[in-house]
Amino acid sequence: MTEQATGAPHPQPPRARSGGQNPAATAQAPAPAPAKGITGAQSLILSLEAVGAETVFGIPGGAILPAYDPLMDSVKVRHVLVRHEQGAGHAATGYAQATGKVGVCMATSGPGATNLVTPIADAHMDSVPMVAITGQVASKAIGTDAFQEADICGITMPITKHNFLVTDPADIPRVIAEAFHIAATGRPGPVLVDIAKDALQAKTEFAWPPKNDLPGYRPVTKPHSKQIREAARLINGAKRPVLYVGGGVLKAHATAELKVLAELTGAPVVTTLMALGAFPDTHPQHYGMPGMHGSVAAVTALQKADLLVALGARFDDRVTGKLDSFAPYAKVIHADIDPAEIGKNREADVPIVGDAREVIADLVVALQADQEAGTRGDYSEWIAMLDRWRDSYPLGYDQPDNGQLSPQQVIQRIGELAPEGTIYAAGVGQHQMWAAHYIDYDKPATWLNSGGAGTMGYAVPAAMGAKAGQPDRTVWAIDGDGCFQMTNQELTTCALNNIPIKVAIINNGALGMVRQWQTLFYNQRYSNTVLHSGPEADGKQPSAGTRVPDFVKLSEAMGCEAIRCEDPADLDAVIEKANSINDRPVVIDFIVHEDAQVWPMVAAGTSNDEILAARGVRPDFGDGEDD
Amino acid sequence: MSKHTLSVLVENKPGILARISALFFRRGFNIDSLAVGTTEHPDISRMTIVVNVDEQPLEQVTKQLNKLVNVLKIVELEPGAAIQRELVLVKVRADNETRGQIVEIVQLFRAKTVDVSPEAVTIEATGSSEKLEAMLKMLEPYGIKELVQSGTIAIGRGARSITDRSLRALDRSA
Repeated sequence: MTEQATGAPHPQPPRARSGGQNPAATAQAPAPAPAKGITGAQSLILSLEAVGAETVFGIPGGAILPAYDPLMDSVKVRHVLVRHEQGAGHAATGYAQATGKVGVCMATSGPGATNLVTPIADAHMDSVPMVAITGQVASKAIGTDAFQEADICGITMPITKHNFLVTDPADIPRVIAEAFHIAATGRPGPVLVDIAKDALQAKTEFAWPPKNDLPGYRPVTKPHSKQIREAARLINGAKRPVLYVGGGVLKAHATAELKVLAELTGAPVVTTLMALGAFPDTHPQHYGMPGMHGSVAAVTALQKADLLVALGARFDDRVTGKLDSFAPYAKVIHADIDPAEIGKNREADVPIVGDAREVIADLVVALQADQEAGTRGDYSEWIAMLDRWRDSYPLGYDQPDNGQLSPQQVIQRIGELAPEGTIYAAGVGQHQMWAAHYIDYDKPATWLNSGGAGTMGYAVPAAMGAKAGQPDRTVWAIDGDGCFQMTNQELTTCALNNIPIKVAIINNGALGMVRQWQTLFYNQRYSNTVLHSGPEADGKQPSAGTRVPDFVKLSEAMGCEAIRCEDPADLDAVIEKANSINDRPVVIDFIVHEDAQVWPMVAAGTSNDEILAARGVRPDFGDGEDD
Repeated sequence: MSKHTLSVLVENKPGILARISALFFRRGFNIDSLAVGTTEHPDISRMTIVVNVDEQPLEQVTKQLNKLVNVLKIVELEPGAAIQRELVLVKVRADNETRGQIVEIVQLFRAKTVDVSPEAVTIEATGSSEKLEAMLKMLEPYGIKELVQSGTIAIGRGARSITDRSLRALDRSA
């Protein structure tokens, strides 16, 4: 079946079908010439070239060493030498998120491979297409506790979409083709390829395209037409529908289709943390992000809805809050490419298995036909109600009264002063939520973050990967002083490899999100969240950010331009200066107020009905349910 | 909670048993029994997994299993429409006085005596878990010295074969 068969309108040119059987068919380049008498390592590099890998982030070591020799001569594959394998993994994720291509990272056996575990788990939680290639000890030594041996296939089994152990060099082209195919199609995810050293050294042959041997892998992309008709019927009949949009819409490149669907129906839209940019933040039908730190309008829209149209979203606990009181009045249409997501957390009235782009396009056709026949939903009362909530409880923050910088304002101004097409990568914590709130995302693939895993230290390497993949775009990492200290060594990589990212350290001298919880739920006992001082500090004295290390000196030592900003009066000038420097990485150490908090908030384990717009402020929805 | 018997066809590749058992552990599903063996096709192994879950978690189990790249097909075998068997080998204390009684029980359950020594007899029995349970209950008073039991294996009744279509899928991809 083709897209034309449905007559579904695709505002974008059709892309390669995600259910395609032959992975090699999607590569643009003509098939490479077969080669004989080459090593497994040469076969690996030829395979990477053939599959279209342009950038690999990695570090060599004993077991992967043979692969690095032919890699040196490859003119098609650029290798970026990172400073820690975790950086390679997150860079591959950032690259994939920013380009839509499969990200690739490479490491040696043992500790090299285990250092990839965190970014692999991160990519798995956020469904990022990634291929990790690791060296393994020689096949005869496997299982003997050889030097730098780790069972990385066993270790990554639960955090990869699939993994391969290669001991026969003849398998290399097929396995690489299958790995890229599995990573990129269906629900995307990380795939690990572990190659024994002797397989890299042995003589073999190379031919492309290899024969695909994946009889058990058949992702369903085309939705069932009966389900689409049923979904359209519910949408037309609803009074209070919400389009609950998740990261799958970005993965499926379905943002243009989503806009058509939203405007055709007039239904309100909320976008999860993973879906920011899937629907323009500035669009009048957009009511913000749902979830623990979502906007009052978005959280309440889901709570009061009579129909949720979940598109590539997975009812994550950070969105639903206490599950049994989530969206209690709503019927659920749940569309996802992964059948296992449907009914996992919330039962679906209309389950639809399919690629979000296909699903939305088919829904548009069905709804258009209904509208031409005179049937359409009337949501005007609902929209009026939502508009009232949005106007009454907008996102907002107070300026600190001690003259310090407000972290929210720093982030907001970065967004407002950013050049067109800027990509943002955030770490995890308060600054991540503020970056979600106070920057407007109007385009897909402009917001990269660690949503499912919540990996501190994600921002700098992910920004590096994004910039490597999109060298003409401005890339800002919005990071915290805690996160920054986990992975900042990749700034050296950026400086030496002409990857000029910009980093905003939102420096409040604390592990801010944990501190916020300690403020709210642990009687202001700041156990081990103070970063600016040692154990003698109780965290209650005013801080002026983390000064050990001195982030300016540290960044300068790594070859970056570095600026400290403490005065709100300097804010715009500093950001503009950072935006004007494009020949080296720029780091700005923003010393911000430590007591700023992320609001709104639904306390963990409670119902979304208990949302607080600000500390101690219960929204009044005028329905008498708030007493 | 109720018992469900799943027949899972998988590619005969290294690590597949680990993938399946790790999945059950990670997702918190309980396995009652698991039996693995070859099929008439050398590239395909068949696992019979008995799980003890409610209807809805069962759907999650099969969906999660289906996501494993090496899993080809999953069929739930309904007790009425399938034959289910377990194998038990049991060593029972026996002397000249009790041996005759034990052999009688063995015959009642159409089991076999496979080894005899002055102090014990070893019995081989196959059947449904209910039948084997009943037999073991009868043997218990004599003293069970050692017992080993296989997981359940099961096959659907009638002429249809669940491997047919999967084999065709394998051929198609080749």
